[in-house]
Amino acid sequence: MSWHAPAFGNWRRRLKVGVLSLLGLIVVVVGAGGLAYALYPRTMPQTQVLAARLQPVEIERLRLAAYFDAIADPRARSIALFEEAGRVIQHPRCMNCHPRTDRPTQTDSLRPHTPWVTRGVDGGGAPTLRCSTCHQAENFEVSGVPGNIDWKLAPIEMAWQGKTLGDICRQLLDPARSHMTREELLRHMTEDELVGWAWTPGADRRAAPGTQAEFGALIKAWLETDAVCPP
Amino acid sequence: MSYAISVNGQVHHVEDDGQTPLLWVLRDTLKLTGTKYGCGAAQCGACTVHVDGQPMRSCTLSLEVASSARIITIEAIEGADVRAIQDAWVAHDVPQCGFCQSGQVMSAIALLRATEKPTDRDIDLAMSGNLCRCATYNRVRAAIHDAASKLGSPT
Ligand code: FES
Ligand code: FES
Repeated sequence: MSWHAPAFGNWRRRLKVGVLSLLGLIVVVVGAGGLAYALYPRTMPQTQVLAARLQPVEIERLRLAAYFDAIADPRARSIALFEEAGRVIQHPRCMNCHPRTDRPTQTDSLRPHTPWVTRGVDGGGAPTLRCSTCHQAENFEVSGVPGNIDWKLAPIEMAWQGKTLGDICRQLLDPARSHMTREELLRHMTEDELVGWAWTPGADRRAAPGTQAEFGALIKAWLETDAVCPP
Repeated sequence: MSYAISVNGQVHHVEDDGQTPLLWVLRDTLKLTGTKYGCGAAQCGACTVHVDGQPMRSCTLSLEVASSARIITIEAIEGADVRAIQDAWVAHDVPQCGFCQSGQVMSAIALLRATEKPTDRDIDLAMSGNLCRCATYNRVRAAIHDAASKLGSPT
């Protein structure tokens, strides 16, 4: 039996050499392929404008006051008018400045304002960190910071965040909280410049639906139909 | 367009677009690089300068608007309060990398000018717009208290 041993050993050595050279070949092929892939010349990335910034801002329309003439019941018409106006009132451009805390919110998700700021006594910020430290009289497109000559928060009694549209409606009609008569309320909604900012918010912000004039006409028609609030 | 702009008591004539941020004019045109560019979006406070005595973010102030105001930058701000702040900053070894510090100092000076003896709450309110990536906040606070107490006590 002893003459079998060398032949057997030979066979094992051959198998080992075969397997190892196969493995070596695989390593060399993978390595060379990888190197060729890594070194293959590609075009360099070019400076590009950020696509998100340039996305066309979607324009949302409001239904005009006359559209609601078709509703015969005056109460139902009044509520429908206010609900349409509510699409503006509850829009992030308006809600962000009607927070229920001392901090404004930002963006369409109503997240807390950065940097950390507070309303102060007049709604225009703490005496040592006024809103005007950053917010100028107009939007500043280079930095993306919005602005208005009257930039400030609504008084805390006029907090809208976390309220239903019906609650906001009753709050608007209560002079103790809105600090406005109905005439003043109409003027605020129709003519106030800071309210008007919601339709020209600058940068890539989504504007409130319709126009301030259309919104004002809805509020006027709602007041003229006895200003009925949604439940 | 050409704008006459008053920076550190000197009038400069700057030829640039009116919508150029004051920060760029200060750094690139007037070579006043003490004012830093952190975010360019009113988020960090590194670019704070005094505009008619008020601390403002120069990255979000247009050349056009700035040209009707008196601008003071970190290079030229002076007064007893400024020296007190400087001394306190050195004594407390406030800066780490230092990038945010000219903004911190400009806000701290404005705070001391508005509030002689600021409480912790006053400091929070005035300084919350000045971010520091090195988190030197505790030393900033201590140095402001220190400067305020030195200013209050007779020398
Ligand atoms: S660079 Fe102006 S606030 Fe950051
Ligand atoms: S010291 Fe480094 S960012 Fe403030």
